[in-house]
Amino acid sequence: MNAWASRYTRAFALYPYTRHADQDRDAPVRHPVVIVGGGPIGMALALDLGQRGVGVVVLDDHDGVGQGSRAICFAKRTLEICDRLGPGQRMVDKGEQWNLGRVFRGEDEIYTFNLLPEDGHRRPAFINLQQPYFEKFLVDAIREAQEAGAPIDIRGCNRVVACDPKDDHVALEVDTPDGPYRVEADWLVACDGANSPIRDGMGLGFDGRVFEDNFLIADIRMQAPFPTERRFWFDPPFNPGQTALMHKQPDDVWRLDFQLGWDIDRQAELDEDRIRERVRGMIGDRAFDMVWTSIYTFRCCTMDRYVHGRVIFAGDSAHQVSPFGARGANGGMQDADNLGWKLAAVLQGPAPEALIESYHVERKHAGLENIRNSSRTADFLTPRSPAHALFRDAVLDLVEDHAFARPMVNSGRLSAPASYDGSPLNGADDLPGAPARSRPGSPCPDAPLGDGFLLDHLTEACLLGIGAPVPEAVTIDGVTLKGLTLPADGLIAERYLGSAARSIYLIRPDQHVAARWEAFDPGPVALAVGQMMGRAC
Amino acid sequence: MLNTDPNLAVPDDFYAALLRAHEGLDADETHALNARLILILANHIGDLATLEEALALARGKVVEGDATTS
Repeated sequence: MNAWASRYTRAFALYPYTRHADQDRDAPVRHPVVIVGGGPIGMALALDLGQRGVGVVVLDDHDGVGQGSRAICFAKRTLEICDRLGPGQRMVDKGEQWNLGRVFRGEDEIYTFNLLPEDGHRRPAFINLQQPYFEKFLVDAIREAQEAGAPIDIRGCNRVVACDPKDDHVALEVDTPDGPYRVEADWLVACDGANSPIRDGMGLGFDGRVFEDNFLIADIRMQAPFPTERRFWFDPPFNPGQTALMHKQPDDVWRLDFQLGWDIDRQAELDEDRIRERVRGMIGDRAFDMVWTSIYTFRCCTMDRYVHGRVIFAGDSAHQVSPFGARGANGGMQDADNLGWKLAAVLQGPAPEALIESYHVERKHAGLENIRNSSRTADFLTPRSPAHALFRDAVLDLVEDHAFARPMVNSGRLSAPASYDGSPLNGADDLPGAPARSRPGSPCPDAPLGDGFLLDHLTEACLLGIGAPVPEAVTIDGVTLKGLTLPADGLIAERYLGSAARSIYLIRPDQHVAARWEAFDPGPVALAVGQMMGRAC
Repeated sequence: MLNTDPNLAVPDDFYAALLRAHEGLDADETHALNARLILILANHIGDLATLEEALALARGKVVEGDATTS
């Protein structure tokens, strides 16, 4: 076992190796979905599929969750997805909630932004939560789903050593502590990270930009009264000419992030005394313990296509961004959210295989948006030429006295869900006066409803009648829609009606708007349902 | 739409004011002033399409509908 558990130090052992019956079969067993990689994206997708009754096997080359905080900022949309899947409340209970970002230059505060400047949402803009907790809560939810009968199978210490894509399935060879075995998948989802062995094995490219800069992460434990907000410094006295970032995490852990520049002595910077000196420069004379340190560089890359026949790429294997903006794990969670219902609909009948292509179309659109935002932040933080530095400094010179310059300060454009504008799944937008934020393709804005919130009710494909009655359940061409009739008042009216008096919304299973009208008319609704299921692709 | 027709009431007055603003500055300070000035004027203009036309013109690229620029 030791050889299998040595790739990284575990935070939690969650799925120790056990021999599976598949390993004793002469012929490989075929599963509807095999996910390679048990990180947050793979586990979220497995949970979603299992809850929809789709048989799914997760192959992970380790037996648990790696040590180190790593991703810490989980966005509102991620929490909404986790609410739908189950573990959202546990994450929020453990996490540190924040909405405010504060930007300093030198010792002066120059800019404050509120990422959730309106009320009426169940979830805050962000929670900070160490990635091992996030993954553990997902696996805990999988264990509960398994007890309730969800067909999810997590296989630890199962390393894929060969991947052979066929026309209608994928054949895999998997190595284990008991030796290799073969297994097959109708659909393979590669959630195997930025260095994806599946992607490399298939000879697929991963193109983009490398940014010439180094950043030091020091996660420390200390008692400190600093507020729970994102604090960012340009040219602080404790890291002159560079940037720095501070985030609060649960368990009195603080994420400190120091820009180091390109030409550094990596070994010298990782020296514990050197790191302690940096930390003291930032936090003063407080007592602290080191929890985790790491020096990272970053790149912004994407695959050309996220779907290759029966092999689908999700999360960092498909796209990678800089950490500024928290668009990595959060973008990946939206991949899982987008893919789960589509795979289920194709495997269970009501949708054609073409629906999977819309995963590529929609998530590539989102991937490019994330890369664009992340690259622009990197260009602001890491000027690559004298002109870059000149304009960055000009913005910072102007910002204290002139409001117009504040929105130009780019210390991170924080993760927001993509609207799938132009998606082939989008149907009619036939609701004059309605707000743009709830147009077809966009994620449903949350709003209070009764004792809870609107999104609590949007767990399946829905017809939402606001000030207009809809049937409680309706089945159209094999697709069952849950009907919800709501009064046209309050924040729901503001966020979904605008100046319209009433509306019918068709909502996808991933809580994105598919189409909207003024009144229920079976013909146009049936057309939009077909389109939502990829029958027009 | 970028206005490339003469638009300043007294061009010489503007030019003199521009030189005055840079008086006594070394090269770095002059560059910094120009950068601030560009951001201030860009915000005043506001329209991205107009600004992109201006950037292309300044860069010496052909602007659509303006075949004389090389």
